[in-house]
Amino acid sequence: MSDDVILKVRDLYRTYDIKGGMFKKASTLTAVKGVNLDVERGTTLAVVGESGCGKSTLARMLTMIDAQTSGSIEIDGLSMDISKTGISKEMRQKVQIVFQNPYGSLNPRQKIGHVLEEPLLLNTDMPAAERRDLALQMLEKVGLQLEHYGRYPHMFSGGQRQRIAIARAIMMKPKLLVLDEPVSALDLSVQAQILNLLADLQEEMGLTYVFISHDLSVVRYIADKVMVMYFGEVVEYGTRDEVFGNPKHDYTKTLFAATPQADVESIRKRLAAKAA
Amino acid sequence: MSLLEIRNLKVEFDTAKGPFKALDGVDYTVDAGEVLAIVGESGSGKSVAMLATMGLLPDTATITADKMDFEGLDLRTLSAKARRKVIGKDISMIFQEPIASLNPCFTVGFQLGETLKVHTDLKGKQIKDRIVELMTSVGIPDPGGRLNAFPHQMSGGQCQRVMIAMAIACEPKLLIADEPTTALDVTIQKQILDLLVQLQQDSGMGLIMITHDMGVVAETADRVIVQYKGRKMEEAGVLDLFENPQNPYTKALLSALPENATGDRLPTVSDYAEAGGF
Amino acid sequence: MTNTSPATKADTAKLEEESRNATKARLIEFWYYFSQNKGAVLGLVIFVLLVLMAVFAPLIAPHDPDVQYRDSFLVPPVWQDGGKAAFLLGTDAVGRDILSRLIFGARFSLFIGVVVVSIALVGGIVLGLVAGYTRGAVDTFIMRVMDIILAFPSLLLALVLVAILGPGLINAMIAIAIVLQPHFVRLTRAAVLSERSRDYVVAAKVAGAGHMRLMFKTILPNCLAPLIVQATLSFSNAILDAAALGFLGMGAQPPTPEWGTMLAEAREFILRAWWVVTFPGFAILITVLAINLVGDGLRDALDPKLKRS
Repeated sequence: MSDDVILKVRDLYRTYDIKGGMFKKASTLTAVKGVNLDVERGTTLAVVGESGCGKSTLARMLTMIDAQTSGSIEIDGLSMDISKTGISKEMRQKVQIVFQNPYGSLNPRQKIGHVLEEPLLLNTDMPAAERRDLALQMLEKVGLQLEHYGRYPHMFSGGQRQRIAIARAIMMKPKLLVLDEPVSALDLSVQAQILNLLADLQEEMGLTYVFISHDLSVVRYIADKVMVMYFGEVVEYGTRDEVFGNPKHDYTKTLFAATPQADVESIRKRLAAKAA
Repeated sequence: MSLLEIRNLKVEFDTAKGPFKALDGVDYTVDAGEVLAIVGESGSGKSVAMLATMGLLPDTATITADKMDFEGLDLRTLSAKARRKVIGKDISMIFQEPIASLNPCFTVGFQLGETLKVHTDLKGKQIKDRIVELMTSVGIPDPGGRLNAFPHQMSGGQCQRVMIAMAIACEPKLLIADEPTTALDVTIQKQILDLLVQLQQDSGMGLIMITHDMGVVAETADRVIVQYKGRKMEEAGVLDLFENPQNPYTKALLSALPENATGDRLPTVSDYAEAGGF
Repeated sequence: MTNTSPATKADTAKLEEESRNATKARLIEFWYYFSQNKGAVLGLVIFVLLVLMAVFAPLIAPHDPDVQYRDSFLVPPVWQDGGKAAFLLGTDAVGRDILSRLIFGARFSLFIGVVVVSIALVGGIVLGLVAGYTRGAVDTFIMRVMDIILAFPSLLLALVLVAILGPGLINAMIAIAIVLQPHFVRLTRAAVLSERSRDYVVAAKVAGAGHMRLMFKTILPNCLAPLIVQATLSFSNAILDAAALGFLGMGAQPPTPEWGTMLAEAREFILRAWWVVTFPGFAILITVLAINLVGDGLRDALDPKLKRS
C-alpha cells in the first residue's frame, strides 16, 4: 500500500448545544471527540460502533451535511471546512454518501432517471440527452435494467433501491464514498449482492470507502482498516488483521464476544453446555 | 402431545393487485421446553404464521389450516373471547420494536400491572410485589425505582426487557419472539438472547424465535425451520442444519454469510437459485 | 460495459413508454383505493353532474334566471295544488323560476369554491413551506400571525373584512380565502417538518440542490396528499361561508342567483312558501355533502397509513 492518503482527518470534534429549558441548564454534548484518521486511495476503512457512538455524526461531517466544530478534514488535497468557506462544486465532486435505509433515501415522487440525473443537472452544464445516457449507463453498471429509468422508487425491492442509491452517489464520479450502514436494512442474500457490487465498483473506479457498520462479520469481510468508536472516541484503530486478531481495548473485546457465532464448533459447544 | 401443532397453514391477503399468498401449506410443531427458530428473509412469511396463530392478522387475510391445536385445544374454532383467554396468558409474544410496543403515556409499572390484572387473580400489594419480582428476573437494575419510569426514559434494551417481563408475567407455556433483537445493538442483543434462553430453560416453556439472522439462530435454537416465499424449505436440528444443509436455499443462505466467505466474492442466493431450481 | 450510448433510437421510444406506464400504474392504484370507498364515488358522480350543470346552465335551464313572470308570484312546485308545469320547483316572490335560478347558482358556488381554494392553497403552501423549511424567527412570526387569524370566529372575521372591503362577491371570496388560509399554512408546515429531515432530502442537499429546489421540487410534492384532502374540504367550507355571507347581505348582491343570496331574499316567506327556502338549502346541502364524500375518499386513497393492508 502506498502512502497515497486521500482522506486525512485531524482532531475532529463535533459538539451539539442542548438548549436549556425552564428546569434544565443548557449543556453541550460532544458527539465526536478528537478523531484522527488516514485512508489510502482505493482502500476501505470500516468504522464500527453501536448506536450513539458518533459514527453517523462522523459520516455527516465527512460528507459536508454538517460542519465540524473544530479540527480539519482534507479530501484528495482539498481542505473541507464548510462553516468557513461554504461548499463548492469541486468539493461536492470529491465525496458522496449512501444511506442506511433505501426506503427513506429516495424521493417517492421522483422517477429513477431523475434521481440519477439530479446531481448532473445541479453541478454540470451537460445537455439533457447526455445526462440521460450517463444515467442509463449507470443503471447497467449497478445491475439494473434500462427500462427501470422511468419507474418510481416504490416499484423496487430494498436491494434494487440500494443499487439506485449507490448509482446516484457515484454519478459525479467521486473519489470518496461514505457508506452509512448500506446493507444493514437488507436481507442476507441481498446484502451479499450489494457487497459484491461495492467491491466491483471499487475495483473499477478506484473508489475509496468509509464503511460505517455495526455488523462485525460484514466489516471483517470488506475492510482494509478498522476503527472502533465508543462514545465519540476512537478506542481502536488499525488494520483488519490487527484489530480482529489482537483487540486491545476492553470495549472491542466485549463487542467481539457479543457477536453471534454461526460456526458449527460454537453450536456444538453451546448444545453440549445446555445438555449438561 | 406437542404444545403447538399446525398442519397445512395457508394465509392469503387481498391486495390491490389481487390475492397474495403469504403462506402456502406450512406445518409447525413446537414441544414444551424446546426452542424453535423460524428463519427467512423478508417475504418468507415467517412472521405471518405466528400472527395467524395469535389471531393478530387484519381482516384482509384469509387463514386456512387442516389443524391448529394448542395443547389439544383447536384454535380455529375458538370464539374471540375464548381466544383472548389463551392468548396473552398461555401464549404470549414479543415484537421487534420495544419502544413502539409500549404505550408512551403510562409508566412501565402500570402497564405490567394491567397485564397481571387481566390475566391473574392477584390484587393490590401482591401485584406490586409480582411486578418487582418480574422486573428483577429480567435483569432490570433497581426495579422498585424503574416502576415509575416512562418508556421514553428507558433505553431500547431496557424496554425490550420490560416487554419480556410483560410476556412472561402469566407464565406462558409458549413464548413467540418476533425478531426480538433486530432493533438493538450487538452487545444488548447478546444480553437479551441470553436472558430469553435462560428464562426458557428455567420455566420449561416453548420458545419460537422468528429471525432473519443466522447468528441468532446459531446462538439460541434447538430446531430450525427455513422458509422462503411462504414455503418451508428445510426443517432440521440446529447442528445438522449448519453442518450439513440439505436444501439448496439453506446452502445459499449459509454461504452468503460474510464470515463464511472463502473467495473474493460472496455467493448470492440467485447463484444457487439457478442451480437449485427454487 | 460499453462506451457507446446504451439508448438507441428504438430504446428511446421504449423507455418513454415505460415511463408513461409507471405514471399510469400510479393512477390506477390511486383509483383502486378511491373506488373502494363507495360514498366517495357517489360524491364524485354528483360533483361531476353539478359541474356539467354549471357549464351547460343556459342549455339546461328552462327559463332565464332573471326574468320575472308577473302572472306567477310564489307558484308552488308542480306536484302541489296550484303548481304549474312550466315551473317545476315553483317561483319566488317576484315570479322567477327557482329551478333555473338554482342551475345558474351552481356556477357561482363552484366558481367561489375554485377561487377561494386557489387563493388559500397557494398562499398557504408558500407561507407553510417557508415557515417549516426555515424554522426560527420567520417560522415563529408566520405561525403567530396565523394563530391570531384563527383566534377570530371565522364568519365574524369574514364579515369584518367584507365590511372593510365593501360588500360584493369578489370581496367576499377574498375574505373567505384569508379566513381559510391558516389551516393550509399549518398543514403544510407540519408536513414539511416531518419531511425535511428525511434521508432523501439530505441526499438531494448532498447532490447540491439549493433552498428553492429543496422546498418546491423535493419536499413539496411529498406534502401534497394532506393538502389535496384539505382543499376539497375547504371547497365545501367556502361554499357554505359564501352562502352565509350572501344570506347576511354581505356577499353576492341581488338579483345574482347565488344560493345564499336566494335564501336571504326568501327569508320573509319561510312560513308562507316553504319551497322558496328549502330548495336553495337542499342545493347547498347536496353540494357540500358530495364534496365532503369525495374528500373522504381522497384521504383513503392518498394516506399511506390507511393504504397498507
